[in-house]
Amino acid sequence: MSLAEPTTRSAADTAAPLVQVDDLAVHFPVYSGLFRRQVGAIKAVDGVSFTVRRGETLGLVGESGCGKSTTGRAVLRLYAPTRGRILFEGKDIATLGEGALRRLRPRMQMIFQDPQASLNPRMTVGSIIAEPLDEHLRLSQAQRRDRVRSLLDAVGMNPAFADRYPHEFSGGQRQRIGIARALALDPGFIVCDEPIAALDVSIQAQVVNLLEELQARLGLTYLFISHDLSMVRHIATHVAVMYLGGVVELAPRDLLYASPRHPYTQALLSAVPAPDPKVEATRRRVILKGDVPSPANPPSGCRFRTRCPIAEARCAAEVPAFRKLPDGRQVACHFAQ
Amino acid sequence: MLDDAATAQPRASGEAGEAVLSVEGLTTLFGVTDGAIHAVNDVSFSLRPGELLGVVGESGSGKSVTMMSLLRLIPSPPARITAGRVMFEGRDLLALSPAELRAVRGPGVGFVFQDPMTSLNPVFTVGFQIIEPLREHMGLSKKAARARAAELLAVVGIPSPDKRLDDYPHQFSGGMRQRVMIAIALACEPKVLIADEPTTALDVTIQAQILELVKDLRRRLGMAVVWITHDLGVVAGIADRVMVMYGGQVVENAEVGALFENPAHPYTRALMETLPSVEGARREKLRTIEGQPPIMTRRPAACPFAPRCAQAHDRCLAANPPLLQVAPGHASACWLAEGAA
Repeated sequence: MSLAEPTTRSAADTAAPLVQVDDLAVHFPVYSGLFRRQVGAIKAVDGVSFTVRRGETLGLVGESGCGKSTTGRAVLRLYAPTRGRILFEGKDIATLGEGALRRLRPRMQMIFQDPQASLNPRMTVGSIIAEPLDEHLRLSQAQRRDRVRSLLDAVGMNPAFADRYPHEFSGGQRQRIGIARALALDPGFIVCDEPIAALDVSIQAQVVNLLEELQARLGLTYLFISHDLSMVRHIATHVAVMYLGGVVELAPRDLLYASPRHPYTQALLSAVPAPDPKVEATRRRVILKGDVPSPANPPSGCRFRTRCPIAEARCAAEVPAFRKLPDGRQVACHFAQ
Repeated sequence: MLDDAATAQPRASGEAGEAVLSVEGLTTLFGVTDGAIHAVNDVSFSLRPGELLGVVGESGSGKSVTMMSLLRLIPSPPARITAGRVMFEGRDLLALSPAELRAVRGPGVGFVFQDPMTSLNPVFTVGFQIIEPLREHMGLSKKAARARAAELLAVVGIPSPDKRLDDYPHQFSGGMRQRVMIAIALACEPKVLIADEPTTALDVTIQAQILELVKDLRRRLGMAVVWITHDLGVVAGIADRVMVMYGGQVVENAEVGALFENPAHPYTRALMETLPSVEGARREKLRTIEGQPPIMTRRPAACPFAPRCAQAHDRCLAANPPLLQVAPGHASACWLAEGAA
């Protein structure tokens, strides 16, 4: 329970899958007309599968609207999945009832993008961090206070700040408070939804280093959602690239960055500016044409084919399988070798 | 019409060496209830014709306020431009009457704002918003202005431009709206284009499209560009020269190659070391810059970076270093740069 002593997990556990997502879909109904009848659905997530092993970090990357945040929330059952299985510690939670789900909540937590919006401005930092403790545990006043202090200490903040309000802190410090709240119940799994997107460059590294330290110390497993491919390369052990509601490529980090196989991954990586003029001068950039199609009406066959530089007739007719290549990565493209 | 501009390129090279825009000692304060925020402190720089100047800094570093002060686009009050000269075509923009300044904005200096969602008027068609400056500044007839507006949309890569003129901003995606903003800024063929974080709100693949577009337009129109960003990667790809800002002042100013190869100011160096990249070797641990960027409630008597600087010494707290030359065309506002050149 104490943060000071590292959680001991046996070596056998290390490689075991903690979260396994299988053909997950989240569709949001669209209503229209006089009687508000359902006329369609936004297929925000449509057939996503991945595995996160204990102690690892899966980076979930993609551009706005690709469904990465929806995936993260559905994995924690903050959205009800339309289809698919979510195995958490081997148990399917996709269809779990309210009560059973609530008992599981302490094991899986979330860190939100906007620390300004996700902290209640009327509550002190101490009561924000203690809220999950009050919800799920029965602690004495003294235990509660000690726990809050040790959590603040763990995220690198002065424990005396417990009596202050969120507006008294900078963006980076607020994100630390959000992290302390997520750690309060000693979870095994944390979904980090764009945790650094709202922060200044010089503060981002502070927060990322903190997340890495905590992971090493507490044996945490992360699903790290981000549009920042450079930062994901730093923090993730595996990376899943999403496009229009589906994962197009899933690979160990070094493999993905060194030799992306899906044409979308290739275009995405080539579009990230590198902070080095010499590298920039020699880089070959794949410029994608047009915009992302609407998830209410995705293209037939391959979802990327409308912008794909190598698309052929087959891509419109046939949905590419999410298949495993000999090097161990998975790709959803007919032509990937 | 834009193709004519390509042949008129000598505008760029003909007067090389002579600055198209030069700023000296610009200082902007914001009045607040208990004093003033010194948002911009004694900023000087110049822009050569055809040059792309990247302005890099974190939020609150003063980069946007500097550029908006040039054209007096910041609301006053609360802002007050207390000192400085902005020379453009032999005139000081800070001394012009509102009517004279209005004639400069657009044909002289174009501005692209950060957020394409809020800077287009939602109740007018996109066509109307491009045609307006053409009629106002270029004196075109209705018909000619419309034809030119369609040309401009085609230049920034919007398909079926003539039809899209009658669409409203909400019918465009974010990347398209940013293209429309650029088309509006280009409408009067400005000599200088100031772009304030024009791609920050966009996805990387769309950003790549916009960066290609700007490179291409610059080649064809030969205009000088000021590109404000917090992304060193963007700067590495498109800038000729880079100005790094911190705490309302310029801390380093150099050619892009020299800046990345040999960053002189400790802030620039630290910033580069905190950045992960998708290219090159992966760092095991990111370097951090401890502490927070300053809020300039006083006129800085010390180096604004000193509280976070690993190399700070007594002198840094006693006096604010001016820009000192470290090499020809490369200056750093750090006492350590003294005697380096």
